[in-house]
Amino acid sequence: MPHAPAVKPEPSPWAIEFRDAGRVLTSEDGPKSILTEVSGRLARGRVLTLIGPSGAGKSTLLSLCNLLQTPDVGEVFVWGREVRSWPLAELRRRVGLVMQQPVMLPGTVADNLAVPSRLHGRPQADGHRLLQQVGLDPSILQRPAEELSGGQKQRVALARTLANEPDILLVDEGTSALDRESAGVIERHVRCLVTSRCLTVVWVTHDLEQARRVGDETWLIDNGRVVEQGTTEAFFEAPQTEAAKRFLRTAERGQAGAGRR
Amino acid sequence: MSLWTLALTLAFVVAAMLVSLWQRLGLEKDMVVATIRATVQLLVIGYVLKFVFHMDNFALTAAMVALMTCVAADNAGRRGRGLAGRFWRPFAAIAAAEVLAQGFLLAVHVIPGRPSYIIPISGMIIGNSMVACGLFLNRLRDEARTRNAEVWALLALGANPKQASRAVVKAATKASMIPTIDSAKTMGLVQLPGMMTGQIIAGADPIQAVRYQLLIVFAIIASAAITSIVLGFLTYPRLFNRFWQLVV
Ligand SMILES: Nc1ncnc2c1ncn2[C@@H]1O[C@H](COP(=O)(O)OP(=O)(O)OP(=O)(O)O)[C@@H](O)[C@H]1O
Ligand SMILES: [Mg+2]
Repeated sequence: MPHAPAVKPEPSPWAIEFRDAGRVLTSEDGPKSILTEVSGRLARGRVLTLIGPSGAGKSTLLSLCNLLQTPDVGEVFVWGREVRSWPLAELRRRVGLVMQQPVMLPGTVADNLAVPSRLHGRPQADGHRLLQQVGLDPSILQRPAEELSGGQKQRVALARTLANEPDILLVDEGTSALDRESAGVIERHVRCLVTSRCLTVVWVTHDLEQARRVGDETWLIDNGRVVEQGTTEAFFEAPQTEAAKRFLRTAERGQAGAGRR
Repeated sequence: MSLWTLALTLAFVVAAMLVSLWQRLGLEKDMVVATIRATVQLLVIGYVLKFVFHMDNFALTAAMVALMTCVAADNAGRRGRGLAGRFWRPFAAIAAAEVLAQGFLLAVHVIPGRPSYIIPISGMIIGNSMVACGLFLNRLRDEARTRNAEVWALLALGANPKQASRAVVKAATKASMIPTIDSAKTMGLVQLPGMMTGQIIAGADPIQAVRYQLLIVFAIIASAAITSIVLGFLTYPRLFNRFWQLVV
């Protein structure tokens, strides 16, 4: 079982690096690759937005970064160290994942926010401040977490992950249940952490406007493969691959059809 | 009671078989097998006990208790279907309960250290621990499945297996102790416990029989708790793989 001595991050400029990483699931009808030959890296303090159709493998890619799923093929490095050789508690504290489905733990909002410090034996985080940062009123601290709305839960889940003071943040559609304004609060807070604490972020979203606003770099995933990667600007202004052009065209049409929210 | 009068009670079995035939339940064969097995097993045990009681030898008594523990552990392990491993985890849990509970009774001289006391009381403790094991293992798997989102959320925050499974283990421990506690609550009101019934019929003073029965109830509650707690310690790591991912 992994031991938990404090590890010094190795002097790698790369927060995350994928080397031909893949994920293979075995079902009744044989092995099925849901992530194939993912390579690429992300420097410290950069924000990567991940986009792609539903079922493309975005959530799977995130969970490889903190070893909630194992890369069956290839390797994933965090701060220059392969995820499987990290002490797990340390890895998962420092690579914070906000899951697609926010899950509230038993108890109040305050209890939820206290969990990370309890798990790692660190000083108690300030619940008030954590809630304010994600745009929630601190008056909900004593409410049972299960009674919150979907959007509130999403933000409590983010605040809970931030309580761990991660240096890499993985957000899986963290604002999907929020209105534009509340989503804006989150985006600004995360960008603020990027500037002030040099946080590195991987941000999965279906909202292309958001992907463009938040990202420094953007990867498009389709059917388990990263089909285009580049700076966010280049990606949206001058997509290189046919797949990316097609994806942007369909998305535009979809958004025009749905009208402005 | 003579063998002849005992044979008369077979009339009950015959009556049940007639009902089965009449209602086409198709249970006649099972009934015959059950009757024969129960008869042979109990008669053999009767003679074995008589022999062991007569010898009054500590090593022999200990061997008998060990054998009972093995049979119980094997049975409980079957129900755990993989979670507990085949044998040694339930064995350790049941043995811990038996050693602690029985050891206490002997150490403070609640019962005399004779096989005629040790073996029946061990039977009660071990049997009850076996049931607690089975319940715990079933429930642990169920709880881990129904609460898997919560467990994953904890793992994602950096919880180790022990921290991530705490609530699940607690729920399973509680569930495995409830039948023992419930039966203690209604004891004597709904049913007279088997051991007490036997003692009273065999001519013991009901007050004495009740005292022994209480001793059994207390020992059983303690042993169910010990079994579940030990089993919890031994099995929670098996809910996870070496990368701290939930695997049930
Ligand atoms: N536990 C699982 N068992 C079987 N298939 C799975 C499992 N988890 C994911 N998949 C499959 O893997 C693929 C990628 O899933 P993933 O959740 O990573 O997609 P996604 O890009 O996050 O989609 P969405 O945008 O809908 O969240 C999908 O085809 C999905 O069906
Ligand atoms: Mg997803």
